[in-house]
Amino acid sequence: MKRLRKNPVKANRRLAVKLGIVTLAMFGFGYALVPMYDLMCQAFGLNGKTGRLEAQAAAAKPVDASRTVTVEFTGLATTGLPWEFKPMTRKLEVHPGETKEVKYWVRNTGNETITGQAVPSVAPGVTAAHFKKIECFCFSQQTLKPGEVREMPVRFVIDPALDKNVQTITLSYTFFNTDKAQAKRYGGEALAQSGHDDHAQHRPSSTPGS
Amino acid sequence: MATAHHDEHPHGIGRWLFTTNHKDIGTLYLWFALSMFFVGGAMSLIIRSELWQPGLQVVNPHFFNQMTTVHALVMVFGAVMPAFTGLANWMIPMMIGAPDMALPRLNNWSFWLLPPAATLLVISLFVPGGGPDAGWTLYPPLSTQTGMGMDFTILSVHLLGMSSILGSINIIATILNMRAPGMTLMKMPLFVWTWLVTAFLLLAAIPVLAGAVTMLLTDRHFGTHFFNAAGGGDPVLWQHVFWFFGHPEVYILVLPAFGVISQIIPTFARKPLFGYVSMVYATCTIAFLSFIVWAHHMYTVGMPMGGQLFFMYATMLIAVPTGVKVFNWVSTMWRGSMTFETPMLFAIGTVFTFTMGGLTGLMLSITPADFQYHDTYFVVAHFHYTIFGGSVLALMAAVYYWLPKWTGHMYNERLGKWHFWLTIISFNLTFFPQHFLGLAGMPRRIPDYALQFTDFNQWSTVGAFILGVSQLLWLYVVVKTIRGGERATDKVWEGADGLEWTLPSPPPYHTFAVAPKIK
Repeated sequence: MKRLRKNPVKANRRLAVKLGIVTLAMFGFGYALVPMYDLMCQAFGLNGKTGRLEAQAAAAKPVDASRTVTVEFTGLATTGLPWEFKPMTRKLEVHPGETKEVKYWVRNTGNETITGQAVPSVAPGVTAAHFKKIECFCFSQQTLKPGEVREMPVRFVIDPALDKNVQTITLSYTFFNTDKAQAKRYGGEALAQSGHDDHAQHRPSSTPGS
Repeated sequence: MATAHHDEHPHGIGRWLFTTNHKDIGTLYLWFALSMFFVGGAMSLIIRSELWQPGLQVVNPHFFNQMTTVHALVMVFGAVMPAFTGLANWMIPMMIGAPDMALPRLNNWSFWLLPPAATLLVISLFVPGGGPDAGWTLYPPLSTQTGMGMDFTILSVHLLGMSSILGSINIIATILNMRAPGMTLMKMPLFVWTWLVTAFLLLAAIPVLAGAVTMLLTDRHFGTHFFNAAGGGDPVLWQHVFWFFGHPEVYILVLPAFGVISQIIPTFARKPLFGYVSMVYATCTIAFLSFIVWAHHMYTVGMPMGGQLFFMYATMLIAVPTGVKVFNWVSTMWRGSMTFETPMLFAIGTVFTFTMGGLTGLMLSITPADFQYHDTYFVVAHFHYTIFGGSVLALMAAVYYWLPKWTGHMYNERLGKWHFWLTIISFNLTFFPQHFLGLAGMPRRIPDYALQFTDFNQWSTVGAFILGVSQLLWLYVVVKTIRGGERATDKVWEGADGLEWTLPSPPPYHTFAVAPKIK
C-alpha cells in the first residue's frame, strides 16, 4: 500500500503530460476544422460559392427546354468603395443548359482612380455548385478612373443537374475596394489580398471557389 | 506517519493564496462560484427590469446586449463550471479514499487563474465601447466589429479555459491514479464517474473554443480572415467551430449534476441506485453523442438536407441515454423509504425540471420545428430549464447534502425548505411563460417587444425578482451553518453510503493519509 501511495507522483506527472498533449492536439484540431470545412463546402457546393466553366464545356451542355429557372441579379458596393454599382438586368428566365449573358453597370463617383474587386454569392447556397460562370467581371480586378463608367458582362450557364424544386436563383455581387488605406478614408473595409482565398486571386483554374 | 499534527493548517491570507489542500481549494472554488452567481444574477435582473414592459425604460439597447452576453458568460464559466470543480475538489478525494488531488500545486494555479479572468470580464464593461455585446456565442461579424471590450472577453475566456483544462487534467489523474486499493472503476460513486467523463469532455472541447477565440482575436487585430467574408473567410465557420465546443459544453454543465443527483436520491430513498452500470454507460454515450450533434444549433444557416437529417436524428438519439437516467432515478425512488429533507427536495426538483428542459430540447431537435423556435424565447426557456433546472438546482442540492459534512453543523431544515419552495416556484414562474412567448414569436436578445407579449413578460420579471431575493436566503442559511448549529454526525444522513461519510464531520485537514479498505 505504501508503494502505491508513493509511486503516484511520477505516474501523475506522466499522465498529466499525456493529457497536456491531448489538449494541444485538440487546440490544433480547432484550426484543422477550417480547411476541413473549406473542403466540405467545395465538395458539396455549399456556401454560395459559384462554380466555373470554360466556354466549350458550356456549349456541350444539353439544354433542358422543358423547364425555366428565374435568375435574379443584385449588387452592392461596400462603404469603402465610392462606386455606383447595379445590375442592368434585374431578372431573367433561363432554361438549364442555356448560356446567357447579362451586364452590370458601374460608375466611379470618387475623384481618384480606384481598383475594386467583386465577390459573388448565390442563394440558395445549395444551388451554387450548379451555377456555372463562363465569364465574369469578378474574375479580375476592375480599375476605374474618376467618373468612369463601365458595363461589365457576366456569362453563365445553369447546370441541367440542378435540383428540380429550385425555381429561383439569386446572384449577388459585393464590390470591395482593394486598397486598405483608401477604403478606410471612405469609412469602410477593403478586400484582403493576402492569403489563400479564391475570391481575391481568381485563377481561372481554381474551380468552385471563384 | 505524522498524524499528530494532521489538523494543522497555515493561517491568514497565505493559507488561501498558497494552499495545495483539496478542501481549501474546493472551498475557494465554491465561494468564487457563489459570488459569480450573484453577479450574474444581478445582471439577469437588469435584463428582466428592462423587459417589465415594452419600450425602453431602464437601460439602452447597447447596454442590454452587454448584459445578456456577460450574464451568460459569467453564469456558465464563472458560476456553474467552477462550482462543480469545487465539488470535485472537495468530494472526489474523499469519495475514492485519496489523501489529496493528484497535482496539488497545479490545483492551486487552476483556481487562481479564475479571479483575474473574472476581473477581465467585468472590466470589459467599463472600457470605451462597452463590454461584449454579441451574445455569449460571440458570432461574427458582430464580434469582429465591436469595441475593445471583446478583446478583454477573449482573453478572459482564454484564462477561464486554461483553468478548467488544468482542473480536468488534475481530476483525471486523481481518479485514474489515486483510488484506494480495491476501489475499482465500477465501484466508484457515480459523482466520480460523471466527473471523469466530464473532465474528458472538457479536455476535448475547451481547446477548440480557445482556438476559435484565438482566430477571432487574430481576425480583429492581426489581419487574418477566418470569419471575414471580405477576405475570403466565412462567418458561418465560426458557428461550426464554436458549437463543436458549445454542445459538449452543455453536457459539461449537466453531467456532474447527474452525478450529484445519483448520490442524493439513493440516500433519501434508502435504496441503492437502480441500474448503476447502465448509468455509467449512459453517461459515456451522452458524452460521445455530444460531439456529433453541434449543427442542431444552426439549422437555419442553410445546410443541405442530408446534414439536417443527420443532425436531427443524432440529436434525438441523446434522448435515449438521458431517458435511461431519468428512468433509473425514478426507479430508485420507487418503493423506497423516502424522506424529503432539503437535498432530496432539490434533487427531485432537478429531475422534474430537467426532464421538462429535455422535452423542449427534443422539440428543438426537430429541424422543421426549429425553424419556428430558433432564436426565440422558447430557446431561452429551454436552456434555463436545463441549466438552472438541471445544473444549478443540483448544485443547491449538493450544497445542502454535503454542507453538514464540510462544516460539522446541520443547516436549518426549515429555512432550507423555504429556500427550496421559493426557488422552485419562482423559477417556474420566471421561465415557464417564456415558452409561450417563444412560441408566439418573441425573439431573444431584444430590449423592446411587441405589446401582446407584456403579460407573460411581467410574470417572468416578478418570478425573476423572487428567485433572486430567495438566493439571499440561501446565502444566509449557508453562512449561519458555517458559524454554528446543531452538531452533525459523521454519517449525517441515515441512508448515506460512501467513504466520505466514514470521516468525521467536519473532516480533518488531511484525510485518508492511509488508504481505507474497500469491501
